[in-house]
Amino acid sequence: MQFTARYDRAAARLELAGECRMDDAPALARALGELRAAPPAALMVGVAGAQLRDIGPAWLLHAAIGELRAAGAGVELDGPPPGHFAYFEELLAQDAGAWPDAAKPTVEERLAAVGRGIRQRLRSWYEELVFGGRLIESAAVAWRSVKRLRIPSVVRHMHETGVQAIPVVAIIAILISVISAYIGAQQLRPFGAEIFTVDLVAIGVLRELGVLLTAIMVAGRTGSAYAAELGVMKLNDEVDALESMGMNPYEVLVLPRVVALVLVMPLLTIVADAMGLAGGALLTSYLLDLPWPQFVMRLDAAIADTTFWAGLVKAPVFGLLIALTGTLRGLQVRESSRELGRLTTVAVVQSIFLVIFADALFAIFFLEIDF
Amino acid sequence: MSTPVIAVRDVVNRFGAQVVHDGVSFEVQPGEIFGIVGGSGSGKSVLLKTMLGLRRPDAGSVVVEGRDITAMDERELRAIKRRYGVTFQHGALFTSLTVAENIILPMAESLTLDELSYRRLVELRLRMVGLPLEAAAKYPAQLSGGMVKRAALARALALDPTILFLDEPTAGLDPIAATAFDDLVLYLRDTLHLTIVMVTHDLDTLMRTCDRVAVLVDRRVIVDTLETIVDYDHPWIRHYFHGARGRAMGAGPGDARGA
Repeated sequence: MQFTARYDRAAARLELAGECRMDDAPALARALGELRAAPPAALMVGVAGAQLRDIGPAWLLHAAIGELRAAGAGVELDGPPPGHFAYFEELLAQDAGAWPDAAKPTVEERLAAVGRGIRQRLRSWYEELVFGGRLIESAAVAWRSVKRLRIPSVVRHMHETGVQAIPVVAIIAILISVISAYIGAQQLRPFGAEIFTVDLVAIGVLRELGVLLTAIMVAGRTGSAYAAELGVMKLNDEVDALESMGMNPYEVLVLPRVVALVLVMPLLTIVADAMGLAGGALLTSYLLDLPWPQFVMRLDAAIADTTFWAGLVKAPVFGLLIALTGTLRGLQVRESSRELGRLTTVAVVQSIFLVIFADALFAIFFLEIDF
Repeated sequence: MSTPVIAVRDVVNRFGAQVVHDGVSFEVQPGEIFGIVGGSGSGKSVLLKTMLGLRRPDAGSVVVEGRDITAMDERELRAIKRRYGVTFQHGALFTSLTVAENIILPMAESLTLDELSYRRLVELRLRMVGLPLEAAAKYPAQLSGGMVKRAALARALALDPTILFLDEPTAGLDPIAATAFDDLVLYLRDTLHLTIVMVTHDLDTLMRTCDRVAVLVDRRVIVDTLETIVDYDHPWIRHYFHGARGRAMGAGPGDARGA
């Protein structure tokens, strides 16, 4: 029989009927809510027609009755008490302590929270210093003896972060050069200067877009992967295991990743540059009816000897920034998988920020030295 | 014999060429505590997953409360799963939620209740598993191993299941906490008449709580009461119950139970 719960205020009677399972808890809770809103001086609970099979709803009824009784109202059961009530008395006889109080924080607690924030910041700076120091130390060791640089590990990371990233980097480069060529052609046409679209695409892709978009792509792909890999290893105590075996985690885990990304970024940038120019050529031949040989001639005139290098020298720096941020944040994970998610996000956001910031510094620097 | 709560019939599970179960059959009776034991790699977890409906067996059927879950569609299976309470070996509490939120989550998914009712139900589950109320506001990372297991059980009990699956409930607990957990399981069975299926490696737990035991050996299963199964003439079973660890605790399940 379908469970029903009805509170009749005039008669001061709560009537329950039917079989009550956990699914019927909402119906019971509604009736109990009405009861709370208008508590009677004395209540009769009709339970004779009801079977309170599951504990959950029975507990809700028991708690509501307890609350009324504590408030001084008389509550009587019309019918035998539900089977679980004896169990509830047993449960309530055991001391479970009090609910944690969610009281408003005092001034002292607020001050303490500020202090904790500052301490955390200082600690993070300290960790960054330690990270830098230990990395430089293991890099110095590897410099002296190539055997200490784990070549197989470096190659594996180069494969994962470089070779496997080629398709997505290539597509992004084509798309971005197509977009800039399209906008350029449209804006330059009124001046009859469409031919300078080639200059726009070539200089834009080679100096900035190629390397910058590659770096952002790699930050999203590899920066997050580094942070997550190292974070999981931290959570699994794998880093401690390495250390306990006398191995230096910076040498085994951090350095190969950093070296791999520093080597791979220029290569990916070259791919992006080539694909970007190809995309530009494709679109100009289509939009401006510019045949390929002419595109190449114009390209030759447009770019200086340094244009290509101005983009490429930034690549290893960006790679270094991304790898350092990713591995550092990964090693900062402790305790929970919540931390892991947070620090992975931090790794990506910070590495993209650092890349763009470094790019701005490069732009100023190149302007000053007229590169 | 009454109708079984779960009947596993001729279940075959294989991964590629590797056969894990080759015709496994047994029945779990209502209100009993049913233990599953076996060596590492004998397919305990796979069997548990098959019973939970997380994995479809390659042959055979799993009948829960008279209905074959291997032939069900997703929607029916979800309805059946609401009758299940499951705890996983490492607790599997959601780390981003407090204990209270972990307990509310399965309820909020299918029932709409007011704040007070949720709070009261959280109190009920915490009291049932013997956790202090102050644990409600804590995150799983702030709890000890024993408390994580209890919190996981509290979450498993949230929807008043009729069948409780416990995967290694006492693994990693110190003997005192493990004994307390055994008592809790027995108490829940006796007061709530739950049917409990337990995968365990812990001989003490097995001896103290389980009515019947299924031993997974040679891709098949041997089911019997503990008293009989310890005397089975099978090399693995002999090693298991009469090896150094079994002997160290006085071997006979009778003594352990009587204690």
